[in-house]
Amino acid sequence: MPIPDRASPALSPPSSEVPEDWRSGGFGLYVHWPFCKAKCPYCDFNSHVSAQVDQSRWRRAFRRALEVEAAQTQGRRLDSIFFGGGTPSLMEPETVALALDSARELWPSAPDLEVTLEANPTSVEAGRFRAYAEAGVNRLSMGVQALNDPDLKALGRQHSAAEAQAAFEVARKIFPRVSFDLIYARQRQSLEDWRKELKLALSMAVDHFSLYQLTIEAGTAFGRLHGLGKLKGLPSADLGADFYDATQEICEAAGLPAYEISNHARPGAECRHNLVYWRYGDYLGVGPGAHGRITSEGRRFATETHRAPELWLAAAERDGIGRLHEEEIAPEDQATEHLIMGLRLAEGLDMARHARLAGRPFDPERVERLESEGFLRREGGRLIATAAGRRTLDAIILELAR
Amino acid sequence: MTELSQIRNFSIVAHIDHGKSTLADRLIQLTGAVSARDMSEQMLDNMDIERERGITIKAQTVRLDYKAKDGRDYVLNLIDTPGHVDFSYEVSRSMKAVEGSLLVVDASQGVEAQTLANVYQAIDAGHEIVPVLNKIDLPAAEPDRVKEQIEDVIGIDASQAIGISAKTGLNIDQVLEAIVERLPPPKGDREAPLKALLVDSWYDAYLGVVVLFRVMDGVIRKGMKIKLISTNANYHVERLGVFRPKMEMMEELGPGEIGFFTAAIKLVRDTRVGDTITEERRPAAAPLSGFKPSLPVVFCGMFPVDAADFEHMRDAIEKLSLNDSSFSHEMETSAALGFGFRCGFLGLLHLEIIRERLEREYDLDLITTAPSVVYKLHMRDGEIIEMHNPADMPDVMKIEFIEEPWIKATIMVPDEYLGSVLKLCQDRRGVQVNLTYAGSRAMATYRLPLSEVVIDFYDKLKSATKGYASFDYGMDGYEEGDLVKMQILVNAEPVDALSVIVHRSQAERRGRGMCEKLKELIPPHMFQVPVQAAIGGRIIARETIRALRKDVLAKCYGGDITRKRKLLDKQKEGKKRMRQFGKVDIPQEAFINALKIDD
Ligand SMILES: Nc1nc2c(ncn2[C@@H]2O[C@H](COP(=O)(O)OP(=O)(O)O)[C@@H](O)[C@H]2O)c(=O)[nH]1
Ligand SMILES: C[S@@+](CC[C@H](N)C(=O)[O-])C[C@H]1O[C@@H](n2cnc3c(N)ncnc32)[C@H](O)[C@@H]1O
Ligand code: SF4
Ligand SMILES: [Mg+2]
Repeated sequence: MPIPDRASPALSPPSSEVPEDWRSGGFGLYVHWPFCKAKCPYCDFNSHVSAQVDQSRWRRAFRRALEVEAAQTQGRRLDSIFFGGGTPSLMEPETVALALDSARELWPSAPDLEVTLEANPTSVEAGRFRAYAEAGVNRLSMGVQALNDPDLKALGRQHSAAEAQAAFEVARKIFPRVSFDLIYARQRQSLEDWRKELKLALSMAVDHFSLYQLTIEAGTAFGRLHGLGKLKGLPSADLGADFYDATQEICEAAGLPAYEISNHARPGAECRHNLVYWRYGDYLGVGPGAHGRITSEGRRFATETHRAPELWLAAAERDGIGRLHEEEIAPEDQATEHLIMGLRLAEGLDMARHARLAGRPFDPERVERLESEGFLRREGGRLIATAAGRRTLDAIILELAR
Repeated sequence: MTELSQIRNFSIVAHIDHGKSTLADRLIQLTGAVSARDMSEQMLDNMDIERERGITIKAQTVRLDYKAKDGRDYVLNLIDTPGHVDFSYEVSRSMKAVEGSLLVVDASQGVEAQTLANVYQAIDAGHEIVPVLNKIDLPAAEPDRVKEQIEDVIGIDASQAIGISAKTGLNIDQVLEAIVERLPPPKGDREAPLKALLVDSWYDAYLGVVVLFRVMDGVIRKGMKIKLISTNANYHVERLGVFRPKMEMMEELGPGEIGFFTAAIKLVRDTRVGDTITEERRPAAAPLSGFKPSLPVVFCGMFPVDAADFEHMRDAIEKLSLNDSSFSHEMETSAALGFGFRCGFLGLLHLEIIRERLEREYDLDLITTAPSVVYKLHMRDGEIIEMHNPADMPDVMKIEFIEEPWIKATIMVPDEYLGSVLKLCQDRRGVQVNLTYAGSRAMATYRLPLSEVVIDFYDKLKSATKGYASFDYGMDGYEEGDLVKMQILVNAEPVDALSVIVHRSQAERRGRGMCEKLKELIPPHMFQVPVQAAIGGRIIARETIRALRKDVLAKCYGGDITRKRKLLDKQKEGKKRMRQFGKVDIPQEAFINALKIDD
């Protein structure tokens, strides 16, 4: 795949009054920190356990990579920056500060720029929270995962429930916005256990949290055990559905409805960065294994960098970009991606926008059928998955895309 | 031309895997027909499918030159016959072309059902039989016990049986000597009008139709004008020769000799196995006896997965049938599956071979419906209708009675599994004809309706006996039966491609089985899908495929989009391999697997 010349500014599309499609979703920067203290058995993120990390080298590499990316995306304004991982709370505050300062220097930012950092809730990391805030982080997302010690242990986590709660209290005092993640439908978890745990979580939650049903991913320790039939006590598909239903019901009652399949917020407290993904905006991916979507001169590209930390580091030091490949996304594939992402949101997607990308509207017969079956609804030009539709969203998307 | 006294013609009779091909290879090697360099394993199994499955579909011959211990030169002709019951008529014609057989029995396994079926054909053809005990290199070999078994079960003298190892080459020389000493030379009159047996024929891309024959009387020459008696068609012999196993051209072949010719014959269909070849100018007074055109006994529908492939499929089917006169086809339309063909076969193996060739050689993706037999419908107005497709069943009020084909099956099985074999036969409406023992093996002879055998009898037999049973059968006439048409309704709509004819006593069990099986085969939809079996509007079984409750990725962020889109593209492809039925998608394999029900 030849890397096309993206040097010219992408702000004003050559010959059209219609703004480029990505603008409906915004523009974000994702920075990946690929290291963790230990590998959790369920996790298929690009994370590595490394005894020593020379962060000064990483700082230089991030700086170079950001410069190169910025040169190719001038005329844009950053809506969000997200430090994800891996475990970004293992970054030295100077590393975070350098990346943030660089970004703010290289692009103009929105006045309400959101800067999120993912953190693991151990006491060591809590000690760095203030420095992160001083560097400019204004939103913390904590991987709490479970609120009882035996389950945390089973999930291979390095912290106790009490430690997580303490770290969370620290975070709340420091950051204007704090969110946390939980994983449910764990081994040997009963529906009743989860209802109780979720209510406890709700009593802690401020205005945002992510609740993920445990997914058994290929290539993880859980994946291997599962393949061997040795991962015991997982809920049946039916019970899994019950977990999901209970989650929706409890969170709605507490005023934190799902604004996306697994994300809950009080209105206005949604994660802006992730909304860029779901609203199919443009985003830069910097760091090992980071993905991006970038529009240039009316064409949209999918970018991906080297996954191995050393490879990315070496490549970024060499040419500043560490990119593995870059592939143009055909308009119909863009339409598919917009569909996949947009229907995950409670707000749904803009049908006119989808039709522009696809070159044709959805098959009206199919939409009507899914509507009459109670899976979709249309409202003010938007297509929205109902609660039933969201529960079986992958089947609905297949139905719409076939 | 070779003197009759210097010719020996023979075939090898064996159960599958007892070493027929390996022995043939050794004989070819030892007589030097093929240099070691050109020797590839299993010289005679030509087609890919034959090699993969280790079966022979077309008869093959090889002519070997052998200098015997008596110091004289002999011509040995080996015909390798198809060993499978589907091709038993073809086997019987090959047997007519030779005077003797090597009966190869695996000394570690003993006599099996296929050994029996084939050896009886050899005996019927009047063969001299030389028993050969193969694989005596194996520690498990028990040549003495197997000799005894041959005498007990088959009733031929096995005292002179030769113990060999086709694998190591041990005692192959003794086999060659026995062929010369113990098999009779062919008979024939050189001066009589030409009379040759058409043993087999096939299409060759370079040569056109190649005919394999055995001269009984007279002489066939290059350039001769010949006549095929059953079709009364005349041709000029263009190429004449023998296989060694490569083609070698000859000017003429006389009585007792086996060879091939080409004669600008366009279609394999025009050459019928068992036909008599004679000279146009001086024809034989009477044709050879025993000729019969082979008729398909098992039918199924074949449809392209992608409707756009229909024309390509028509082409492919026509090309294949040019090369196989026993494979029939006619166009069929199904509400469920669109345009396709109703195809007829000699048996299940034949069906599978044709399907595999269509998919492999012509790159087609096919939906095959469950195989069905030919029913004879005796109508009230006296008409007799042969029904190949359950979907064609006329109004039952107009039918006086229905007949179905029966077979006679021989099953050989170690004692300890006999009980489950008898139960299986009973369940399939079998009627016991005979039950005998030879050592610790039982031999059960049963009459069974063919329809009870075509779907999964063989699989069931194998699993009930851990693979130790062997099975063979022959057609055994038609008989009246209390037969009804059972329809399958998916989401309340009848699916014609799933309807079957069943015996009334079996209807409920089969209906329940099919509904349960379809419940496994049809993926859950977003709504619940009832699956029902019905006879004449009366529901006899029902299952419900529950609605899909939850199907959504928990995490889908910026790094997951590409993966998710590619997965979706794959799923879209998968959907294309399903048939949409009203609102329900039925996977293509369901049409044939629905009938493979668990007892
Ligand atoms: N040990 C041993 N194996 C043999 C012998 N002859 C054949 N085989 C093996 O038995 C299997 C079946 O042989 P094959 O000639 O294909 O049997 P066919 O189905 O009768 O043609 C092959 O794996 C051969 O290698 C033998 O004399 N000794
Ligand atoms: C990149 S990870 C979080 C990073 C951080 N290192 C941590 O573990 O807290 C984002 C979130 O995805 C969720 N997650 C990861 N693997 C998962 C899986 N297999 N099933 C369900 N959720 C998973 C976890 O809740 C995790 O907090
Ligand atoms: S879940 Fe978080 S801490 Fe655990 S391995 Fe994955 S990224 Fe690292
Ligand atoms: Mg063989």
